[in-house]
Amino acid sequence: MAAANKNHIRNGEQAFQKMDKINAELFTLTYGSMVQQLLKDYEDPNEVNIQLDKMGFGIGQRLIDELLAKSNVGQCSDFRETAEVLAKVGFKMFLGVTGNISNWNQEDTEFSLLLDDNPLVDFVEIPDDLKELKYCNILCGVIRGALEMVNLRVECEYTKCTLWGDDCMEIRVRLLEKLEDKYPFDDDD
Amino acid sequence: MPSGCLTLFIINKAGGLIYTRHFSQDIAPLNVNDCLRLASTFHSMHAIAGRLTPVGPPTGIETLEADSFRLECYQSPTGIKFLMLAEPKVVALDALLKQIYIIFSDYVLKNPFYELDMPVQCDLFNIKVDALVQSK
Repeated sequence: MAAANKNHIRNGEQAFQKMDKINAELFTLTYGSMVQQLLKDYEDPNEVNIQLDKMGFGIGQRLIDELLAKSNVGQCSDFRETAEVLAKVGFKMFLGVTGNISNWNQEDTEFSLLLDDNPLVDFVEIPDDLKELKYCNILCGVIRGALEMVNLRVECEYTKCTLWGDDCMEIRVRLLEKLEDKYPFDDDD
Repeated sequence: MPSGCLTLFIINKAGGLIYTRHFSQDIAPLNVNDCLRLASTFHSMHAIAGRLTPVGPPTGIETLEADSFRLECYQSPTGIKFLMLAEPKVVALDALLKQIYIIFSDYVLKNPFYELDMPVQCDLFNIKVDALVQSK
């Protein structure tokens, strides 16, 4: 397992080298203005959370192919490996940071993804009246969309955020269903 | 064309043909209906082959060699199939198809106006694919 982990870290680094980069500030500020515009349009932080998740879902559905095409990641042997690839390759390729995986449940179907460093929240302070806003909820959608394309239906919950005063960001990922063995043969049953 | 590649098909995970590109000037392209039929037939054969494999994990049909042509298939983990028909002498088609997958992830999936699983109509993608096949 430890060796496999190192592999994924290396895979992530290599894939990151191949990616085109943009100015981090441009990225952070673009995301910030997008969230801000959503807040203006929907006037309700809870609705904004839903919209961010939806947008992320669409992004994830497309990004997964880029990850698979450009990194050396093959079929994952289990959900634990999927989690590592997500944290070490996926986040590295597209956000430039790696996450840590911890707090597995006993059945190995639920884990926490922890991000110490998150470029999305640079410069951001959430005002008191927007405490319900899950500022980085787009990431939950991205994870959900990406994993759905490889036949893993998951549920993501944004549980901790540095903007709420926590020491890191935490996304709880729960595996609901594995579709791989059925496809495409259960059309008739 | 010197590369020996004849036709590229891309099939979505439901078995629908979403992209065709002919590279040969000498051979007349198949008509659209034949292409669609071929694509869905291949999709089924691929699934059956995967099911019949006694050793796991099943991957389906990867290469098909015939006297007059060679067919190579690369299936992405998300279920998209990239199919290349080429002259029998052509080698290393698998690497070429992986390159095409990379181009696909860039120039098709990142186009905000491309809808997933729908036919691909992206000029940039055509240009990049032609350039890649020609440089082979």
